[in-house]
Amino acid sequence: MSEKSEILGEIIARHHEREGPLLPILNDVQAEFGCVDAESEALIAKGLNLSRADVHGVVSFYHDYLPTPDPRPHVQICRAEACKARGVEKLIDAASRSAGERVRISTVYCLGLCSAGPAARTGDDLHIRLDEQAITQLVENA
Amino acid sequence: MTTVRISDDALARAGGADRLAAAFEKKGCEVQRTSSWGMHWLEPLVEIDGEGFGPATLDDVDAILDGRSNKSIGNIEDHPFIATQTRITFKRAGKTRPLSLEDYEATGGWVGLKRAREIGSAAIVDEIKHSGLRGRGGAGFPTGIKWETVMKAPGPQKYIVCNADEGDSGTFADRMAMEGDPFALLEGMAIAGEAVGANQGYIYLRSEYPDAIRKLNAAIEIAAHIIAPFKCEVRVGAGAYVCGEETSLLNSLEGKRGEVRAKPPLPALEGFLARPTVVNNVLSLQAVPHILHEGGADEYRDAGFGRSRGTMPIQLAGNIKHGGLYEVGFGVTLDDLVNQIGGGTASGRPVKAVQVGGPLGAYIHPDQFDIKFDYEEYTNAEALIGHGGVTVFDDSADMLEMARFAMEFCSVESCGKCTPCRIGAVRGVEILDRIKAGGRTRDRIELAPQMHNAPKDAGRDAGDEIGLLTDLCETMKFGSLCALGGFTPYPVMSALRQWPEDFTRNPELVKKALPEAAE
Repeated sequence: MSEKSEILGEIIARHHEREGPLLPILNDVQAEFGCVDAESEALIAKGLNLSRADVHGVVSFYHDYLPTPDPRPHVQICRAEACKARGVEKLIDAASRSAGERVRISTVYCLGLCSAGPAARTGDDLHIRLDEQAITQLVENA
Repeated sequence: MTTVRISDDALARAGGADRLAAAFEKKGCEVQRTSSWGMHWLEPLVEIDGEGFGPATLDDVDAILDGRSNKSIGNIEDHPFIATQTRITFKRAGKTRPLSLEDYEATGGWVGLKRAREIGSAAIVDEIKHSGLRGRGGAGFPTGIKWETVMKAPGPQKYIVCNADEGDSGTFADRMAMEGDPFALLEGMAIAGEAVGANQGYIYLRSEYPDAIRKLNAAIEIAAHIIAPFKCEVRVGAGAYVCGEETSLLNSLEGKRGEVRAKPPLPALEGFLARPTVVNNVLSLQAVPHILHEGGADEYRDAGFGRSRGTMPIQLAGNIKHGGLYEVGFGVTLDDLVNQIGGGTASGRPVKAVQVGGPLGAYIHPDQFDIKFDYEEYTNAEALIGHGGVTVFDDSADMLEMARFAMEFCSVESCGKCTPCRIGAVRGVEILDRIKAGGRTRDRIELAPQMHNAPKDAGRDAGDEIGLLTDLCETMKFGSLCALGGFTPYPVMSALRQWPEDFTRNPELVKKALPEAAE
């Protein structure tokens, strides 16, 4: 058994008894490997007695699961209405420029910081009241 | 030793509250991390003996301790933003440490649950019905009737599911409630369990709220022995907005694609794993412990307006000077909320539009600001109060872009189950792009001689495209399975009707395409 399938087995065993275990398993797999790839899908399907199509259907539905890992640092910028009202669109160019290929920038719809946007998230850290300088720095330090 | 109180709410932390707390500790102060008062423009807010200082930075620490800081806002409880509220759901906001059982008990915690266990399930449902509580997630369905349905449904296993998938932009009350007063949510769920005969609860929480996930998991561990035999578990979502729709949420909880289910069957009868299930929003459940206090139902009922009883935690967001959480009885006007309480825009420019109710809510023009916060009043005005988010835009907002974004958002987040939403939203984006371009010329196929039925004129103008958009919105509104496709037309059409000049240089075209907008 490879190390990966062992870890997967542990994750599946941890949640197996829950009612509706698939999402907790997928969340842990995504956190552990940075993706839910075809190999993981197959093993999860086997572990839960589901078809691979069932598992792939679920994996491909949710925005949080990636098919391949992206090891780059990740900055999520909120571009929903409230942050738009506070001018986030004017910051996107600066953020992309300073990110280049090194940092992954993605859009998130709402971090619940709507009264103090523009807001962004890096890992579990949240950032508010961003302006061009702050977001450039945030991306550079990511 | 000076006791300093600083919030550990996610927004305060994002503003630097942790660094501030460490700095005060270094100065020899005792720092208590409390929930947030909800005055977000002042976060991080530092409280010493009731007096507030904010927004505080590391440079302010010495001045605050020496009593020469110019950031004092006086006594926090006397601040007009706080003093004019009726806080029931958020009665502990700013006052207690979120994970302190001692603080929770000292402020009336668990009294509602204890009384609920004494009076029994039928009496609990009666009290909830009497309070007039309606679902705070957006639909406004009477909570008591929902509980009664589940209570009477046959079945050995029933569930309480808390919908904490607060994806609407401009809303953060669920987040603040879960982070600031997690025991109250658990108490509310345990009472619901007592009422309908359920011993298992799930909180479906979005992955974008890491602080709330952490706090609730900790709270469940601390309070497990108190809510027992009721058990509760946090389930984290995976970034799908549509999972805030209750049937989609149930599918997701079961480990399926978060696709919407057709109703009936109602979740109350066939919900999680096809068993009777109460699905309630965080704010609905959070209001329950207070209602179950002796006399609490009457008190709750007495706040409010028309058929909307009780209080609504309104969230002032977007381009607003004094943004934050404002809990008040129904009936408050938008003018009061935006211009008086909110102090107008943060940018200082005139207010152009206000979107109430999240991404699916209508844009409201300042001419209509006398509208009262009430489920029925908003429905009659082709708008919705939704989850109580109020997002303010100044005059730099481009309403065509906002309408386009509404369609784009719907296309990104559509679950794909029904056609009007899945395809309609994509077509909506395309039509709005063509309106922006002023229409389109006939394409190569249309001009081919073989296509003898295709018109060979100069093309379609913006007015034709606006007519098509109106048709599409009608189809989405009446043909979609859930509110995502069904309500996306609200922001689109309200923007078009009220700001036609943003859509086309010739607003006459809009009037021609939309006869009712000409009035």
